Amino acid sequence: MTEKFDAIVVGGGPAGCASACVMAKSGLNVLLFERGQYAGAKNMWGGAFFGPQLKELFPNFREEAPVERFVTRHTFSFLTKKGSTTLDFKPAFSGPPSDNGFIVMRAKFDKWLAKKVEQAGAIVVTSMLVDDLLLDGGRVTGVRIGKEEFSSDAVILAEGVNGILAQKAGLCSGVSADNMKQGVKEVIALPKQTIEDRFNVNGSEGAAMEFVGSCTRGVPGGGFLYTNKESLSVGIVVELGALVKNRLKASDLLEEFKEYPDVARLIRGGKTVEYSAHLIPTGGLKMMPKLFSAGVLVAGDAAALVLGTGLILEGANFAMASGVAAAETVITAKKKNDFSETALRDYERLLREGFVLRDMHTFKETPRLLKNTRIYDLYPEVVFEVLENILENDGKPRTKAYKIAGKVIKTRVGFARLLSDLWAMRKMT
Amino acid sequence: MKVEEKLALNKYAPATQAHITVNKGLCADCDLRPCVYGCPADCFILKEDHVSFSYEGCLECGSCRIICPKGALQWAYPQGGFGICLQYG
Repeated sequence: MTEKFDAIVVGGGPAGCASACVMAKSGLNVLLFERGQYAGAKNMWGGAFFGPQLKELFPNFREEAPVERFVTRHTFSFLTKKGSTTLDFKPAFSGPPSDNGFIVMRAKFDKWLAKKVEQAGAIVVTSMLVDDLLLDGGRVTGVRIGKEEFSSDAVILAEGVNGILAQKAGLCSGVSADNMKQGVKEVIALPKQTIEDRFNVNGSEGAAMEFVGSCTRGVPGGGFLYTNKESLSVGIVVELGALVKNRLKASDLLEEFKEYPDVARLIRGGKTVEYSAHLIPTGGLKMMPKLFSAGVLVAGDAAALVLGTGLILEGANFAMASGVAAAETVITAKKKNDFSETALRDYERLLREGFVLRDMHTFKETPRLLKNTRIYDLYPEVVFEVLENILENDGKPRTKAYKIAGKVIKTRVGFARLLSDLWAMRKMT
Repeated sequence: MKVEEKLALNKYAPATQAHITVNKGLCADCDLRPCVYGCPADCFILKEDHVSFSYEGCLECGSCRIICPKGALQWAYPQGGFGICLQYG
């Protein structure tokens, strides 16, 4: 036991890398541990990244980062057994592609992030699983790996959704399957040109597609499809508690999802090259652990900082922003040489001043409202039926659209129930 | 495509020791068996009268840790550097 670090970061994902980068740049002596053979080895997602945090940290990321495609087309589909209804959002661009989404693959992207951390001056050690935290009278003073101990003024836990160390530190008391979603995904290789033709995108343009409806068989969640450079990411995200209660498997739902005509014709002829799974903490504020205590701060998925509203699905930018806030807190604490719980309270203040905790508060009711199963098994069918009846020509005199809609709603949902759902949903997205 | 075939496409650094161990005594008592449904890698397979477990294909998601109602799992990540090595993610 020789060197003492200013900060030790556990985990080389967006939260850990952002925090290590900021601290190292300000001159702190930082050590980051990643359990994979390289940063990103254990990480997967849909997925697209939202810009501002990344741009702030790495102004040249557009040129440097391994971005697959820029999101220039975003679709939202209601899937039913009888067919689908889709909203297709394609803003017209002049100039650089939108800052609203960068499609990246985590094994490549996180590796790049970790390289930036090293360039900033931090030490990154891979293939290292942190076993435990070192404690001294209730204060975290470092980490233990096997028999080796590494001490530091502060430890930032960016260990991901299974907050094992956060739990050991008594910052969270364990999680319920009702607050977790399970994502499973296949990466399906296809030639670049085929992707561009099928998705109506050119060059670095890309599509992000979300699906809600029969593909999850009534379990809260949905399907997704993202275009990478030369592959597609196709997956299903489902609430873990409801999944097992309904005796369903995400792997089966994914196979079914791939057979829906909307999806099947997009992935046709592709070759699966990887299958992965991950949990997403979707319980919102209710499941958030204690964010800090003496000598330790929790960031990213480990702190359940994820926003999913049905329309918006964010997490990596929350991870980065919380990593930065944790880093800034440690930098200030170092100046005062005070790492007590009171001194680290700054972390929560910074998260409140920025978007992280504000968004978590704005959408605090969303996790509960998204559990309404009618969103998944009834409303997609209702929308489809209304349109089907309006557009169909059966040779008889026509009825006005609102009357058709009224009739479908009356028989399938009931007006009172629809109104109460809509009233509740105003708080959802 | 079967889960087994999909897992065969993945790259793993196989560990020689299991990172998850199942207490079979507690497990035998369980009639819900959520692990069989909750594991996306089919590591928990329902045999006639028991659940058989293998760790090799584990995707390290942590679902089983959360849904086991019996507390029958001793759950940890594989030793550093071992287990799944995603190439795409």
